[in-house]
Amino acid sequence: MKTMGFADAIDDALAQAMANDSRIVVFGEDVHALRANLFVRFGEQRVRPAPISEAAFVGAAVGAAMAGLRPVVEVMMVDFIGVAVDALLNHAAKLEAFSGGKWRVPMVVRAPCGGGYGDGGQHEQSLWGWLAHIPGLTVVVPSNPADAGGLMLSAIENEGPVVYLEHKLLASNMLDFLGSGGRKTVQYDVPAEGTCGPVPDKWTSVPLGKAATLREGKDITLVSVAVDVHRCVEAAAALQKKGVSAGVLDLRTVSPLDKEALCRAVSRSGRLLVVDEDYRDFGLSGELAAVVLEAGIPLRYGRVCTEETIPYCREFEDQVLPSTKRIVDTALKLMEQ
Amino acid sequence: MRPDIWSLYRQMLRSRRFEEAVIDLWEEGKISGEMHMGIGEEAIAAGVVDHLEDGDAMALDHRGTPPLVVRGVDLVLLLKEFLGSRDGLCGGMGGHMHLFSPEHLSASSGIVGSAGPVAAGFALAAQHLRPGNLAVAFFGDGAMNQGMLLESFNLAVAWKLPVLFVCKDNEWAITTRSKHVTGGNLLDRAQGFGMTALEVNGTDVEAVWEAAKQGVERARNNGGPTFLLAHCIRPEGHFLGYPLLRKSLESMKEMVGPILRSLPARKGASLGERIASLGTIASLIGRTVTEKYSKRRDPIYRVRQGLKGEKSRLDEIEKEVAKEIQQAVDIALS
Repeated sequence: MKTMGFADAIDDALAQAMANDSRIVVFGEDVHALRANLFVRFGEQRVRPAPISEAAFVGAAVGAAMAGLRPVVEVMMVDFIGVAVDALLNHAAKLEAFSGGKWRVPMVVRAPCGGGYGDGGQHEQSLWGWLAHIPGLTVVVPSNPADAGGLMLSAIENEGPVVYLEHKLLASNMLDFLGSGGRKTVQYDVPAEGTCGPVPDKWTSVPLGKAATLREGKDITLVSVAVDVHRCVEAAAALQKKGVSAGVLDLRTVSPLDKEALCRAVSRSGRLLVVDEDYRDFGLSGELAAVVLEAGIPLRYGRVCTEETIPYCREFEDQVLPSTKRIVDTALKLMEQ
Repeated sequence: MRPDIWSLYRQMLRSRRFEEAVIDLWEEGKISGEMHMGIGEEAIAAGVVDHLEDGDAMALDHRGTPPLVVRGVDLVLLLKEFLGSRDGLCGGMGGHMHLFSPEHLSASSGIVGSAGPVAAGFALAAQHLRPGNLAVAFFGDGAMNQGMLLESFNLAVAWKLPVLFVCKDNEWAITTRSKHVTGGNLLDRAQGFGMTALEVNGTDVEAVWEAAKQGVERARNNGGPTFLLAHCIRPEGHFLGYPLLRKSLESMKEMVGPILRSLPARKGASLGERIASLGTIASLIGRTVTEKYSKRRDPIYRVRQGLKGEKSRLDEIEKEVAKEIQQAVDIALS
């Protein structure tokens, strides 16, 4: 065991995979600078900076994967996937079905996501639920360095397309690049356990579609991904002091969803509170309620999500994004029912 | 008609001093997130926007501040928006990358290339509702590889839309040298769509003004779109706090450490390839730093050199502009 930062863990696992499989190539905007260590070690043929042409280079990743490479394609932020949606929605996600299962697309789209550093609603979205809505796409959203590295390995090994989202409050290099810019005059609410932690000496894959139970609870189950997993843990500790036993489930992958772990936890607690930084309506939070109801499990349900366009202003942004306070308040309301 | 160099100079200086004040506020932590500067682009903003009239529209990119300052948007409203104030230009919702002024028909976006389609739409509305008006799109050379921009070139030609497409060519696409990721040359590319394409030194405000005049007149006279390629610099890097420009040794160490560790790592590219990669990174840093400290291509310095015989008038403008900006900052912070 050693200690590593969130972003370093992803790059480290990626480097391990690249060293063992020459079919893995990395391309995307600025990758020679953002992944300078990979650029130096593996050279420009395998770590290739792309023009600002998301539609073309994400589309090219689909073709490259179909023809034998295993691309890890980087989009500067998940928001910019908007420009390349066709490649994911109509091609990467459809190919296996269209080919009658004969042709698969082993590609990873890696993109920073999430808010909390005042960059405005076009650069701080989460979009994991929106992407997971599409059949055929796997969507991975780790919350700590060990999972980040292990899930990158599984994403690369997966035979279908994976969207791998790294939250910018966890990836300290991205937060420094986009948020602080080397300043000591700005502070962000960064969960320490998520940004740096123990990782294995040699990476092994963390299975896709397997949630992690971070805390058992008999009164209420808090379910989340990424940064808000840590807000949930904090909220659970606060709830404990008020006599409420709250469990925390980290989904780790949005799609495939670990329905079993979800249903098991909720059938025990009877209450589900989903904490989702992605948009509330028509997304992950509603999906979790549906899964539990379809399983015939009676439940009390609540959710803390982002409900509108994320404001630029830090103060408004804090009100719009999920927070520990909103989680505790909503959980206590659910307890009254 | 000749350009009024004094008026253009004043506009360029207003933009420069305004953005310098923004840098201070950003350093103090009063502005959050990314902050992309238009420093180095002032001659393009002033030389183009000087031709605009009521009813003309602007589609802007993530460096939208200079055109808005020159167009006459209230400086206090702009500053308050950057500060995230509820009474900022967009109620604190947008920030510097998402600036909207309906009364100036001006809209910005942080999605590279998106100024193209929006300008085409603004121009379509002008064709229907305000004949004689036009739309200007401002974007960088990085955007020239974005499909939506190239598609709007075609749309504007096919529909004969009154658009002036202004490419501010600073030779960078974020942290990538444009020439490494771009085929052909940009002027040919625009001409390939059947569009009149002009090339100009974007640090020379009079040259920009003359070229923009042709494009604006063509658009007003129902002659369709024009592409204006204006070469400029990016002295502040992609945005403030740009890692390649960091002064502190510590942040340099953070960057260099992992790179050096990768150099001898087992399995990977040949030593030659590894050294080539290191060379690429070194040249990116070298180019960034040179641009920061090179005065020669600073558009403001260039005008001053041309007018240095009239020092007292230059000083007077400098004083007036400094006062205007200071007042705006004081009000915005009060």
